[in-house]
Amino acid sequence: MRVVIVGAGEVGSSVAASLADDHEVVVIDIDSDRVDALTYSLDVLPIEGDGASLETLQEAGVEDADMVIACTDNDETNIVTCGTVQTISDAFTLARVRNTTYLDTWERSEGALGVDLMVGTNLMAARSIARVIGLPGAEDVDRFANGLVRMAEFRITEDSPVTGMSVAEADTYDSLTFAAIIREDDVIIPSGDTCLLDGDDLVVIGSLESVSEFARSLTPGVDDISDVLIVGGSEIAFETADILCDEGIMPRLVEPDADRARRLAEALPDATVFENDPTDQEFLKREHIGEVDVAIAALESDEKNLLSALLAKRLGADRSIAVVEDGDYSDLFEAVGVDVAINPREAIAEEITRFTRERHAENVALIEHDRAEVLEVEVDEESVLFGRPIRESVKELPDGVVIGAISRAGSLVIPRGDTVIESGDHVVVFAAQEIVEETMKAI
Amino acid sequence: MSWRVDWQASVGLLGTGLKYLAVTMFVPLFVAVVYMEDIWVFALSIVFVTALGFALERVDPDPDVGAREALVFVSLAWFTAALVGTIPYLLAGFGTSSTLVDPVNALFESMSGFTTTGATVMGQISLEQHSHALLIWRQLTQWLGGMGIIVLMIAILPEVAVNGAQLMASEAPGPELQKLTPKIAETARVLWLIYFGFTIAYIVVMYGLHLAGFAPNMNLYNAVAHGFTTLPTGGFSPQAESIAYFSAAVQWAAIPFLVVAGVNFALFWHVLKGEFDVMLENAEFRAYTGAIAVTTAVLSLLLVRGAAPPLDIGGVTGGVTENTFRQAAFQIASLLNSTGYATSDFAQWDTHAQVFLLFVMFIGGSAGSTGGGVKVVRWLVVFKTIRRELYTTAHPDVVKPVRLSGSVVDEDAVRGIAAFTLLYILLFGFSAVFISLDTARIGIELSTLEAVSASLATIGNIGPGFGRLGPFGNYLFFSDASKLLMVFLMWVGRLEIVPVLAVFISALDGD
Repeated sequence: MRVVIVGAGEVGSSVAASLADDHEVVVIDIDSDRVDALTYSLDVLPIEGDGASLETLQEAGVEDADMVIACTDNDETNIVTCGTVQTISDAFTLARVRNTTYLDTWERSEGALGVDLMVGTNLMAARSIARVIGLPGAEDVDRFANGLVRMAEFRITEDSPVTGMSVAEADTYDSLTFAAIIREDDVIIPSGDTCLLDGDDLVVIGSLESVSEFARSLTPGVDDISDVLIVGGSEIAFETADILCDEGIMPRLVEPDADRARRLAEALPDATVFENDPTDQEFLKREHIGEVDVAIAALESDEKNLLSALLAKRLGADRSIAVVEDGDYSDLFEAVGVDVAINPREAIAEEITRFTRERHAENVALIEHDRAEVLEVEVDEESVLFGRPIRESVKELPDGVVIGAISRAGSLVIPRGDTVIESGDHVVVFAAQEIVEETMKAI
Repeated sequence: MSWRVDWQASVGLLGTGLKYLAVTMFVPLFVAVVYMEDIWVFALSIVFVTALGFALERVDPDPDVGAREALVFVSLAWFTAALVGTIPYLLAGFGTSSTLVDPVNALFESMSGFTTTGATVMGQISLEQHSHALLIWRQLTQWLGGMGIIVLMIAILPEVAVNGAQLMASEAPGPELQKLTPKIAETARVLWLIYFGFTIAYIVVMYGLHLAGFAPNMNLYNAVAHGFTTLPTGGFSPQAESIAYFSAAVQWAAIPFLVVAGVNFALFWHVLKGEFDVMLENAEFRAYTGAIAVTTAVLSLLLVRGAAPPLDIGGVTGGVTENTFRQAAFQIASLLNSTGYATSDFAQWDTHAQVFLLFVMFIGGSAGSTGGGVKVVRWLVVFKTIRRELYTTAHPDVVKPVRLSGSVVDEDAVRGIAAFTLLYILLFGFSAVFISLDTARIGIELSTLEAVSASLATIGNIGPGFGRLGPFGNYLFFSDASKLLMVFLMWVGRLEIVPVLAVFISALDGD
């Protein structure tokens, strides 16, 4: 497949990197330094120029491309690029936008503005945050098969009740599969006698109820999240608050700018909006910020987010989540005490990669920065999984593949050794990064 | 603050308005012909008003009306309409014992008519003393004033429609103008048509009851006369006994029309388009109907306990009877939205029931209805603002917009509403004191209820008060000074204070 990526920022580069191995990738950027950098770091064709101009697009061979991904930092440029592409090519166009207004327009009539798929950075980040909140203790949560199947990643800590148990002992849930353990830098496919250790990241796949039940058993005391504080009034903060309001959690939101606070208060009838400096300790104490279940730092800068998240934690917030724009800081944030760092660009790169994977990979979650993936695949009659008990078919799949869940005609089937997979079933598969492409082909 | 007002433009437009006001006088002229009464009263009035209209129009034949001219024009138009409306009273009263022959009384009656107040200074309301034509003119002034004479002008006069939005905003009851259609003239026409439709419906229902034998006194004349004063929340009646003159069936049938008169007419437009939820989800509509339900229940309870012992008119013996609930429901439907009809002489009820009615009179109709008073929507905003103030005392940093029916009320609007309500209450209070002192000067002691209700019933365009000012009493005994103050209160109350006061400020500034 020939893919043209317009914009070689963090998102563009990340997407290019995940696609470069298996596809022909052309990257367009207006900045010559970035173009130079790409030439040596990735096996792609870099072109310097304005992605919204017909000339540059023709130079990149858009006419013959299968897909064009517009992911510069400018919404209008991305939309115009897609519109321009459609005048000369049948390629599938994908635009990344920040502004939710454009996304609303596009969602109302898909394909509008010449964009075949529009993905919203702020909305994606907000959804990531909301999903992390919805499941206490989970670091990364994804949904598959229309929300029927959930995948979540949990950090096993010293005081987790399952620490030291074997998988067989810990997995007492009917509809839950322990898919993988990420220990140090290794992905371990657990068997019944694998032990869970302090510091492990455990990936589970299962029904919504069993995953939340398991999550609650890991973090006793954090039962229902009811009190959420959002620090800052950025667009991500607004989208997050909006999602939380929809789910019945009335968050509190702090924004220092008077006009912005007023606009947020108008747009969020169920949230309580404060106008104050979010680092004003006097204010935070007055409003009993220490009692919140979750504090989300979503200000305009990474530094302030780190400070606010740590401050909330210090005042007594149970958990803190920080938005981090610079992907390099994610690990650092989590190392110094922020519970979860959410990188909007990672969320968007995940979404874009999901779409450009082989056509029938319907959903993908990147685990631990590309060390493994969880894929949702519809099984047809040519698949190795078809018509046989799983015990037999897995022998033909590479090592390190786990079948986490099966959704059949809208209901969940938990895979056991003797389960026979039928045509039309959706299987949620966990696979280490090295074997993803191989697995996809086999299935 | 400089107020540069193009007076000529306002006066010129006024001339155009007067010409059309003269046309409406053909209605009483027609009635005079039908009843074979003296036609010269209205024939002369028509000639005079038309001539005045043409004369004023020549001041500025091509008026350009801006924001300030609109304020001046609307205030002047209402005052001039009241002035011109006195002409038939004066002509008809000339040489008779009618109290309306006195110019101050005539102005009071005329202003009370156009502003849909319903307070009267007629010594004797009867068809023996006054002609059918004159009494229908008195009813007609209320019908013209109900939906607004300016709104009517916008609906039919293209030259006014150009600056219509500005004019309509100054006249329409309620804090803000709701445009239903892109063209303001279209909006004005829609509102008048709905108003017209309900009026016709009322007349048909009432005359139908008469034909069916349920309402012996409700002949065609009475049906039309009351049709002219029900929908505009007016309250004038050519019968001395108001609605008590008619059967229980008429009283029950009138109640829904009275309730409708206090509803925002724009909501009916949505209902006509099939959008029922717009009405049902409207916060003001819910509050208005809720207030009627609750106050009716409370008043029923008071009457059941015997707060209105056997009276000459509409007495209630107590206990649970049809009469009790009818009296409670009718009095609430009539007084809450400022109509002012009565089926019971509530001025003779026990004091606690009268005080309760006084409270009910404070509520008023909805914005965009024909009702007077503070208006339900303003009370809603005021209460929500107070609640917010209390909340922000505990949480000083909270930002909390005031919401109505789910949408945010602009902070400027909130301030405007708070200022209006305060001004209304101040004006009401000061006027009550003035009227009380001024009446004592001429040797009459008013009771507290009388003084307070005289002020409230005029500024709120309600009409009847308590004591001597009750539904079957009148305002005749006041001094000219008090009557003129009440004329001012009715005028200010109908235009919701601001346009009139703005004109005074501009006049004081000397431009």
